[in-house]
Amino acid sequence: MADKIVMEIARYSPESDHEPHFESYEVPVKREWVVLDALNHIKDNVDGSLSYRWSCRMGICGSCGMMVNGEPKLTCATFLSSYARHGGKIRVEPLRYFPVIRDLVTEIGGFMEKLKKAKPWLMRHADDQLTEGTYLQTPEQLDRYKQFSMCINCTLCYAACPVTGLDPVFIGPAALALAQRYNMDSRDQGAAERTATLAHPDGVWGCTFVGECTRVCPKHVDPAGAIQQYKIAAVMDWLKSFVTPRGRNASTHAGND
Amino acid sequence: MAKTAKHETNEAFFWILFSAGGMMAALFIPIQLFLFGIAFPLGWLHAPTYDSLMSLVRMPITRIYLFVLCSLPLFHWAHRFRYTLYDGLKVKHLNEVIFVFCYGGATVGTLVAAYFLWTIR
Amino acid sequence: MPAPTQATIKSPVQYTEFHPRWYRPKVSVYWWLGERHYFKFIVRELSSVFVAVFVVETLLLINALRIGPEAYAQFLELMQNPLMILLNIISLFFLIFHTITWFNLAPSATPVRVGGKRLPDIMIAGPAYVAWIVISAIIGWLVLR
Repeated sequence: MADKIVMEIARYSPESDHEPHFESYEVPVKREWVVLDALNHIKDNVDGSLSYRWSCRMGICGSCGMMVNGEPKLTCATFLSSYARHGGKIRVEPLRYFPVIRDLVTEIGGFMEKLKKAKPWLMRHADDQLTEGTYLQTPEQLDRYKQFSMCINCTLCYAACPVTGLDPVFIGPAALALAQRYNMDSRDQGAAERTATLAHPDGVWGCTFVGECTRVCPKHVDPAGAIQQYKIAAVMDWLKSFVTPRGRNASTHAGND
Repeated sequence: MAKTAKHETNEAFFWILFSAGGMMAALFIPIQLFLFGIAFPLGWLHAPTYDSLMSLVRMPITRIYLFVLCSLPLFHWAHRFRYTLYDGLKVKHLNEVIFVFCYGGATVGTLVAAYFLWTIR
Repeated sequence: MPAPTQATIKSPVQYTEFHPRWYRPKVSVYWWLGERHYFKFIVRELSSVFVAVFVVETLLLINALRIGPEAYAQFLELMQNPLMILLNIISLFFLIFHTITWFNLAPSATPVRVGGKRLPDIMIAGPAYVAWIVISAIIGWLVLR
């Protein structure tokens, strides 16, 4: 394994550039170093103006997502050694399909708005009193949505999904998966309120099951699966609405109401 | 709200057709394509005679099967192709034209299949 | 977005009311050619075109049967045309690709839970493949006997 590797990093300074350009930095390869360590090395020792987001450095905060050799990755979980082994370079760019504020920092306000549209919080028909006690949930009920609850909002799935790139109003994998996570939660009664966002051309119907979101997700959330499951639930709803006028959204509940 | 409701109605409907058509196509098309498109023309297997094939096709259940085989996969194509044009060629602004071409085409094919199968003697 | 304000310094870059304009990369219409996974996706989607080709051929067959034995013989001759055979070989590849990708993806959409745990995908895809083989055998037998 080489002891140095070349990193080509996208630089963009909005005050002076019209578009990004690449700058090369040579970085030592330590066995345990990840791309984030290399970026920190560059910022600390070579070029202090390099801008990027990071926080926990252990794959849970979702801040450090970037394109590494064309693939959306958490840079805190991407080892230099796997690229140095093949004698290659490492190309680091900001996450695809987002506006770029500076260098490797993307504008995620749009994503935040989409997340809000999915209403990823427990909704109940009426306010419950503390005196009624805690919600009870069996392990089976937890298992129905647990996988979708592992999302860390890192937006790697948005960088992988071509539909988000082609159609900026598409709600996107993480938001849809999180909506489904709440729909499947037995404590939630808000599925009806999410329908307008989900069962919409900009919601699940815009998804063509490319599957890239699931492939790149660092927490194995399987957003593509969540979206297809919602499509089927939406179809069941639609069929039931012919039989029972009030039957809308009955099957999008995990429901214990 | 009404417009959203109409959108969701349309899309759910076309998606069921797409799904059903995809399953039909996956299970039933390969063998028939292999037989009539490759094995019979290349002489690997003997093509059925007109009489034996007709006796099979005349049966109501075969006609229903063939109708479903011609109709649902066409709607599968319509839905998938529509989205491929939107995404692959980025022509979403032509969506009315594409919609009519795709689902209209599938409807025409369905009607043709119905007519042919109804009028077999 | 608010219109850019007049910058007091001559700047090559425009500003919005609150910040310098962000860089917004455009997605090229060739997005699907650049990456292996995207290309495979589009190939999968284009398999639907060959599904439509098959339906057209089947309609021709049904029409030929409807008209009479000579028409059927003509249809069989048409199928023997080298270009048709080539088209059908290509179609068969795409259709088998469709079948395999369809069965492999279906379990994501239809998770089955038994005793509170989700069944592995192969237990849903497996029966689909078996059904495919059985159905093909039945159709083959019906047509060839």
